[in-house]
Formats: sequence, structure tokens, C-alpha cells
Amino acid sequence: MNQRSRLSLLVMQTLIISLMLALLGRLFYLQIGAGPKYRDAALSIQSRDIANPATRGLIVDSSGVPLALNRVGLAVTVDRSIVDRQVDKGAAVLARTAKLLGLTYTDVYRQTRLCGELPQADQGGCWTGTRYQPIPITKDADPSTAFAIVERADLFPGIDAMPVAVRNYPGLAGVNAAHVLGYVGPLTESDLITASGNRYYRSESIGKAGLEFQYDSFLRGKPGVRTVIVDRKESVMRQSQNTKSVPGDHVVTSLDVRLQAATENALADAVARARVGGYRADSGAAIVMDVKTGRVLSIASYPTYDPNIWEKGLTVQQAKDLFSDAKGVPALSRALQGQYAPASTFKIVSLVAAANAGYNLKATYSCPASVTVGNLDFQNFESKSQGTITMKNAIAISCDTIWYQIAYDEWVRDGGLSPKSNLNDYFFAAARGFQVAQKTRIDLPSEASGRLPDRQWRTDWYNENKNYFCNYQTRAKKNQLTPFLIALAKENCIDGDKIRGGDAVNFSIGQGDTVITPLKLAQMYVAIANGGTIWQPTVAQAIVKTDGILVKEIKPQVLGKLPAMKSTLVFLRDALREVVVSGTAATSFAGFPIAVSGKTGTAEVFGLNADGSKKDNTAWFASYAPSDKPRYAVVMMVSQGGFGSSTSAVGVRKIYEALFGVVGSTIDPAKAIFPSGRPPTKLPKISATTKVNTP
Amino acid sequence: MMKGFDPILSGAVVALLIIGALLVYAATRSWYGALGLDPQYYLKRHILNILIGIVLAFGTTVIDYRLLRAYTPVVWGVGVLGLLAVLIPGIGSTINGARAWISLPGGFQVQPAELAKISIIIGISMVLSERLHDRDEPTHKDVAQALAIAAIPIVLILLQPDMGTVMIISASVVTMIAVSGAPSRWVVGLLLVALLGGFAAIKVGVVSEYQLKRLQSFVDPTVDPQSSGYQLRQSRITIGSGGVIGTGLFDGPQTNGRFVPEQQTDFIFTVAGEELGFLGSSVILILFLVILLRGLRIARRSQDLFGRLVCIGVIAWFAFQTFENIGMTMGLMPMTGVPLPFISYGGSSMFANLIGIGLLQNVHARQRG
Repeated sequence: MNQRSRLSLLVMQTLIISLMLALLGRLFYLQIGAGPKYRDAALSIQSRDIANPATRGLIVDSSGVPLALNRVGLAVTVDRSIVDRQVDKGAAVLARTAKLLGLTYTDVYRQTRLCGELPQADQGGCWTGTRYQPIPITKDADPSTAFAIVERADLFPGIDAMPVAVRNYPGLAGVNAAHVLGYVGPLTESDLITASGNRYYRSESIGKAGLEFQYDSFLRGKPGVRTVIVDRKESVMRQSQNTKSVPGDHVVTSLDVRLQAATENALADAVARARVGGYRADSGAAIVMDVKTGRVLSIASYPTYDPNIWEKGLTVQQAKDLFSDAKGVPALSRALQGQYAPASTFKIVSLVAAANAGYNLKATYSCPASVTVGNLDFQNFESKSQGTITMKNAIAISCDTIWYQIAYDEWVRDGGLSPKSNLNDYFFAAARGFQVAQKTRIDLPSEASGRLPDRQWRTDWYNENKNYFCNYQTRAKKNQLTPFLIALAKENCIDGDKIRGGDAVNFSIGQGDTVITPLKLAQMYVAIANGGTIWQPTVAQAIVKTDGILVKEIKPQVLGKLPAMKSTLVFLRDALREVVVSGTAATSFAGFPIAVSGKTGTAEVFGLNADGSKKDNTAWFASYAPSDKPRYAVVMMVSQGGFGSSTSAVGVRKIYEALFGVVGSTIDPAKAIFPSGRPPTKLPKISATTKVNTP
Repeated sequence: MMKGFDPILSGAVVALLIIGALLVYAATRSWYGALGLDPQYYLKRHILNILIGIVLAFGTTVIDYRLLRAYTPVVWGVGVLGLLAVLIPGIGSTINGARAWISLPGGFQVQPAELAKISIIIGISMVLSERLHDRDEPTHKDVAQALAIAAIPIVLILLQPDMGTVMIISASVVTMIAVSGAPSRWVVGLLLVALLGGFAAIKVGVVSEYQLKRLQSFVDPTVDPQSSGYQLRQSRITIGSGGVIGTGLFDGPQTNGRFVPEQQTDFIFTVAGEELGFLGSSVILILFLVILLRGLRIARRSQDLFGRLVCIGVIAWFAFQTFENIGMTMGLMPMTGVPLPFISYGGSSMFANLIGIGLLQNVHARQRG
């Protein structure tokens, strides 16, 4: 053997040892270094958790009457993994199923598509879960339909019928409460991703809106989980773990089904009356709150929808209708998501501002037909002069021009268009004190906040929009190029960043850019009624286990105090009583045996309806009662409802009638919803079968 | 005069054969059982393959390898004919994108490329050890001849295409040329050609889409999550989840769940990884090392260049194939379909491997004590 061959053999030996050492090193890394990681990965590949959803907790009213409970329904489901493999992708089977259920093929087709499978703009009715779970078309099939499917399995491959727990909103006492209760639905991909710390299972339903959403973590309970080991084809090889389900806790609310139903009826009635009166009355809201505790006793929104449609299986049309403008967007809860100009109901803020600015509330003021600010005439409501009147009377008859003068004077005192450095801004300060721009922090999701158009807001607004206003002729749409709008844009371009005299004047009567939610106004009137405490409104009062043990008490928080002197509040309550005695709400409450205090509001709305007609006024009535020892605050708002006095004040009267047991002009204490004069303080016994106590 | 067989080499091979049979059984028993088929179907066939292979190995040792030289052209010719036959439609059948199999009656299949490895090793050894001149080392002409002998079957295998086998044969050829004492220019040059060739093959598209995907998924396992990337990921997870002592033979949930495709053939090492753990898998690696080092010892002690080159060819082939196969299952090497010697299920490969061992023992037996 020559030298080079010998060397080559040596090299080869070294190479072979190195290669084997490399393999050994890699093996060591995979099995010992990264072993735990790969063991976890292997486990997640092999194991499947099959969740058996827990029984969802009940939602009950303050006397234990169920608002939401569970029922056994018959679900008809589609297994996409089977249906998709059919030659026609399941078309024939789905059509047959649709016919059997009395649905259209399109409905069934769309219900069984993942949302991503439908075009972005048109996903109504789509399935928000995954392809790998049976997709329910309905959870409420009648037994004969279910039998037809199960018995003729050859005609319905991939279709199955099985009993399932159905969330049911029984609507006792005729209650609807769709917005406050919300609904449950299948988990979506994003639920799985955003679930920080929460472990969800695909077969679970979760709260999607309202209380169902807010208290989902309590209501849902813990599903029973069976962990199975599967092979690559997903067939079960063995079972490894089994945990029992823990039923969800009950939510006790401060709502009362009878009051809730009465509130809904009064609201619907107000809308109907407004329509008879020739107004569009497209939507509305009404709220009853306990002024001593901040608890919500009823909360209604119009238009509404049947809360059970989600579980029955939403048709495409139903899904579209929920969000359609033509139907008034029933999905929207006006009480906490609708933003409206508060108009004269906002004068409680102006009065506090005037008192804080040193105006004598006992003095008389002139209430002319109009006040000229800059080059604009600001008219009194209905352009009537009321002569010289007391401040109390000014509130009672809702004089606007007094406020124009005070607001304008204060604006001038603060420097007008060149604001001073030490601004008083009494009006903005008072509004901030009422927390106008903050959310009420109610325990319901998706609350909208109000808008307080103070100096900071205006500067921000101007910076966002000045390019548009300063190039209005080129940027605006053709139909927006009216002389008025062009002039307005020009004005906004020049000094839109400043609070102008007109802005100050508009602000004082709750017009202009100020908007609030009906719930916010209720919170403000609660504070007036109880001596100045701003409460966080709450709907739930306690979470209770199925065995009756209290899990958590939900106590409303005090969010602040009104920035008003005691004497101011005393005066204000006196004035608000006068509104009902001799002022704008006198007719509506004529002969009413309970002393009510309140304020009407009739807000002008800028803009046009879809059909080009001018928008009707927003009708408000904000109130509390009894006037001497206030316990309840009631607010009603009807959008495009016309006059606050005729539309909403009458509606609020009907709510008080139910609340106090008023028939005509007499009180029947036995018919009062809370005979003791206050909502129950003890937690009720909870049972799915609790009956409504009819007074 | 006869030294007999190397008992350590034989012992290591038998140990691997037994482990292999157990692993093939572990990989297939629950799968076939669940399908309602005979769970021992693969085990029985595998044992049959081993027995045939052992007979072939003994047969290889009977004739003195120096006499075998005379039959070299025949061995080489048969190998090339097999490779030609497989390319003829109707005779060769396609599995996994490669036309590499000849189906025989009785459900048996022959993979000529496996047997061609033997033909090439013997052919090259003969050319490089033939001395028609005075010099001790092969001349340029010898090397060129050797390359020609290797090139014809390599081109035929490329046409199937079976890149894994081509890579292993090429590596063995280069090693044999290097050990033969040929000018080092050749060695360096051939390595360069191999590199460029691989690069060009991908560029020009000689490498089929299927192969490219496998190579890409080695670099980035997310490229094709459903097929080759999936396979590589599952393979690594299966080995990794075995930990130090493994789940125990027949108790691997990844294996029993059939999460690794082709587990009884190319991915057999994952069964060892999962069920035998680091300890058991290391034993397999050590057994391979023993076989390779014993083989090298035989080569070093060989009386003549022919015997030495045959040994080197066989050792290089085993070494590269083992490294490629196990490396692939652990994500060290790109994915090519080569079986693990002595362990993977597959007749042709088993026969070729045991014939290779037969060659080593043949050379050992004719050494002077």
C-alpha cells in the first residue's frame, strides 16, 4: 500500500467517525436537549380534546324570574367533511335538507359556509366556527323532521340530528330585552386567538353581546373534557383523560321583567304615537335607574328583534335585517350606543354653569324671541318672546334665549375669538363635571361615549378636517355644493379651530356638536336626583353558583360628584318639578298622582334621511320620581320623534304608571312593581321555573 | 490458510438485522392490525428478505474474490441491463415519482439501482487495480476508465430519477478513486463537478419538481406543509418525543398513529427514536460505526488493491447511505428516498447490503493470518 492510500484510509476513518458523531450529537439534541419541546408537539398532534359544553348559567331578574335559560332542542347539523366529498359538493343533500326544514337552499348553503368562503362584502349568515365541527342549521327542529333525517340516512349523508342545549330567552311577562341580554354563538377563530388565559373549546358557545358577553366567563362554566389519542386519520386509538363539566354560574340582574316589559311597551307606544303624529320615529331608547344605587331596573331599545333567532338558526334575510338601515339597524342598542344631541335636557348643565359663574338664580331674566350673535339670529324655541321671567320659569318653559345671552356673555368674558390665558369656561367645566364625554361604564359591552365639543375637541377636529374645508369646492360631493354649505366650509376653514360665539350659544342648549347617549343622560339625572352622586350604572347585581353560594357581588361604583353647590341642586330640583307642574311637561303629566320632576328636550338634527327628507327632531324626556324623595330616574328618547313633551314625556308617564301602580289618576299600591317603594335588596332564589309575580 | 469470517462484523450485522426486524414490525403491526390485515405481514416478508439476503451473502463469500474479478464484466453488464429494463414502460413501475422498480410475479419488486451499486463497486475496483503499466498508482487513463464504468449506470439511475442513489454511488466512486492513490487532482475535480452538477441539475430542471420540493422543504419546512415538509416535521417530532429511554417498543403513539409516512422504509429510524429513545438509537449508531470500522480494518489488511477497493466502495456506500438516511430523519440532510442499511424494509436493498457484507467477509477470509 502506498503512502497516499494509507493517508486516504486514515482520512476516511476520521470522516466516518465524524459522521457518526454528528448523528449522535444531533440525536442527543433532538431527544435530550429539545426532547420536552418535541414531546409537547407530539402530544398536540396525537391528542384531541373533545369538550362537552357545560350547562350555561341562568340570567334572572331581581326577583329570580329567568330572562335567559337553557332548553333541549333538536339540532340539524351538516358535516362539511362528508358533504364536501360528495360529487356535487353536497348540493343535492343540502337542497333536500333545506326543503325538509322549510328553508331555501341559499340559506342552508350560506349557513354552512365559513365566513371566509363568502365574498367579503356579503357574509350574512355565514358560519363563524370551523369546518371540522358539525355545523348546525337549526337547533330547534321539530321531532318529525329529525326522525326523517335519521331514518333516511341514505338520503341525507353528512346530515345529522341530535339533541343539544339551546339558549332560550323565554320572554316572560312579554319581555324582549334582546339588547341587554345579548346572545350566544359559536366560537370564531378570533375568539380563540384573543382568548388570553381563557381556554376555549371549539364546540363551546360563548356570549357574543350584552350580558351574555359581559359575564361569559361566569355563565359559561367549565366544559367536561375527554382527551383522546388519535391517529393520522383522526380515528380514536385510546382515551386518556376525562374531566366532568362544571355548570356555569347564574347572573342576577337588577332588572325586573315586568318593568322591562312595561318600558319596552311604553317605548314602542311612543314610537307608534310619534308616527301617527307624522314623524318618522326611526328608533328610540328608554331607561329606568335606581337613583340611590345606580342600578339599572330596565333598559330598552327600539327597534328590537327576537333574541331567540340566533339559536333557531338565522336566515340570511334575518342576518341582513339586523344591520340594515331600512329596518333601523335593530342590532344597535340605542340606549348605550346611540349618540344624540341632548337639546334642552342639557340645560341642567347650563344652569350649574351659570350658578358657578355667579348668576343669581333667584333673579329675573329676559326671554326675547331671538338673540343676535355675530351676524346670526338665534331664535327662541318656536320664536316666541316670553318677556322677563324667573330662572325657574325659564327652565320650566324651556326658554332658550336666556341661555344664549348668558353663554354669549361668558364667551365674551373669556376673550371671545382671542381666548384669554386664564379661561373660566364655566359651561365646558360644568359639562366635564357631569362627565359628558366619558362613558357611563355600564356593565354592558360596546358602549359609546358622548362628545363634549370644548376647545381641545375643536382644535383636534379642525386639524383633522381643515384640508377638507379649505378645499371644499374640489373635495365635496356635487350634492353638497349648496351655497350654505360652501359658506359654512369657508367659515370653518378660517376659524374652525376656535370656539365661536355661535358654538358657545349652541352648547348652552345642548345643540351643535354635543351628543350623548340616552344612558348618559339617565346617569346625569340620577345625579341631580340623589344630591350629586354620579353612579356607574350596573345591570348585574350578583353572580351566584348553582348551589346558591354567592360568587361575586357587583356593586356600582361612585364615579364622581356633580360640580354644583347644594343650593344649586335644590334650585334645580325645584325647577325640574316646575317643568311637570306648569312647564313643558305639564300637559303630559296632567292628573298624575305621583310627583314627577323632569325636563323635556326637542333636538334639531342636521342632515337628511336616505329618501332626502329633512330629519325630524329628537324627542327627549329625562326625569325622576317621586320628586320629594327621588328613587327612580326614567329617561326616554325617540329619534325623529317630534316633541319631547308629547312623544317622550307621555311615554315616560306610562313607565311610571307601571312602576307605581297608577291607574288613571289613582295609585293602587298592590299594582306597583315594587310595593315597598324600592327595588328588592335581597338576592332571589334562582330557579328556571320561577314565575312572574303579577301585581 | 482461510481466516474465516470477522465475527465482530457478523455480530454487529446480525444485531442490526434483529433490531431492524423488530422496528419494521413495530412500524406496521398496529397499522395493518387496524386495517383488519395480518399484523405480521411486513415482519414475515422482512424476515424472508433477511434469509434470502443471508444466503446471498454466503454465496458471495464462496468464490475467492480474486476469481470474482474474472466475472466483473458480467456483474457490471447485468446491473446495467437491469437499469435499462426499469426504464422501459411496462416493465418498470413508478413509485413516488421515480421509475425505479421492476414488478415480478407474486407481488415482489426488484429495485435494480440497489444491485447496480455492487456492479459499480466491483467494476471500478477492477479497473483501478489492473496494472498494465509499471506505476503503482492508477494513471489518468485508469481513472477515466473507472469514471466511464460508473457514469453509464449513474446516468441510467438519473433517468429514473433517483437522486439519493446517485448521490451515494457518486460519493463511493470518489472515495474509491481517492483511496486508489489516483492523482489528487481527480479527487478535487470530481468533488467540484459533483457540486456544480447538483447546482446545475436544480437550475436546468433535471431534478423533478417532486425532488425540488423535498430539497426545499429541507431548507424551509413550511414550503409544503402537507407533504415533504410535513414528513420532515413529523419525523423530527417523532424522534424528539422519544427522549432518553423512549416509549418502549411497540408503544410509540406517533408510530402507532402512523403520523410518519413510509415509516417502515425510509423513516424506520424514527421508530427507534420514539420507542427506544436516545439509549436504543445510540446503540444502532454504534453498531453502524462498528460495521464501518471493521470494514475499514479489512480494507487496510487486504492483500491486494482490488480487495481493498471493493471494501472501500462498500464501506463508503454504507457510510454515506447511513448518514444520509438517519441525517434526513433528524433534519440534518435533505430528503431523498434511501433506505437505512440492514434495518429498512425492502428486499433489493437488503440483498445488496448483505451481498456487500459478503464481499467484506470474502476479503477478510482470504487474508493471511
